[in-house]
Amino acid sequence: MLSALFFYLFATLCVGAGLMVVAAKNPVHAVLFLILAFFNAAGLFVLLGAEFLAMILVVVYVGAVMVLFLFVVMMLDVDFAELRAGFLKYLPVGATIGLLLLAELILVLGAWVATPKIAAQAPTPPVADIGNTEALGLILYTRYVYLFEVAGLILLVAMIGAIVLTLHHKRDVKRQKVGQQVGRSRAESVELVEVETGKGLS
Amino acid sequence: MTIGLSHYLTVAAILFTLGIFGIFLNRKNVIVILMSIELMLLAVNINLVAFSAFHGDLVGQIFAMIVLTVAAAEAAIGLAIVVVYFRNRGTIDVAEIDLLKG
Repeated sequence: MLSALFFYLFATLCVGAGLMVVAAKNPVHAVLFLILAFFNAAGLFVLLGAEFLAMILVVVYVGAVMVLFLFVVMMLDVDFAELRAGFLKYLPVGATIGLLLLAELILVLGAWVATPKIAAQAPTPPVADIGNTEALGLILYTRYVYLFEVAGLILLVAMIGAIVLTLHHKRDVKRQKVGQQVGRSRAESVELVEVETGKGLS
Repeated sequence: MTIGLSHYLTVAAILFTLGIFGIFLNRKNVIVILMSIELMLLAVNINLVAFSAFHGDLVGQIFAMIVLTVAAAEAAIGLAIVVVYFRNRGTIDVAEIDLLKG
């Protein structure tokens, strides 16, 4: 009973926050509503027994990705009111397509039945015996270790790509060239000039 | 009353639809489009975790973790491209992103 109450609370807040992400006038508010949506989705994950993913969602998503979004929205000096021009023009077509898609998804949900063999074939330990995090670790580092490595590679590529994209060298800045400084020889840097007395250099 | 699999799937379906709706509604603002994509990926994750929990198979949660990784990488790269584009052109209007002349 209590879990049903919490499900409806989290689900309502999640959907409402998602709607506000789409409809908010100010992008900063949109990011904050997205954070609220992620928090409520984490609540739904806890209700489902997936505590580890819920914590990952809060720590990685709210803590890192959404703050990155907030940072970029605040850093870019964009006239967001101008970008919202034509908002109402796209409303009918967007609503039509959205409602069609939602109707299709609901129809699929109504007609869909899982085969009873699925649970029997599950290759993982039963959730009741050990905790969620421990069970995830037991299969993530053994059976799915290549998937784990690929995830690490994806993050590495993303990191390198983001750095390469945003790093830029300014042309007019004078920089110290250490190699040239060290490589200087006496011949190219010092010149001995014989000056006659009383005449000076002309 | 008990909360079944279809309840979670309905929430995920509504969130996914909201994401698509957001892409149509904010066609000019790249940042809001990226946020809508995040919303859609969140809906996919709810689906994966719900199936995983109700069928007692942890592989769904492993895959949800991979989806989270890819989504984080996508957000980082996308925002980097937005920042570089804004530095070069001074706008992030989707209609004016035509340097590639596609």
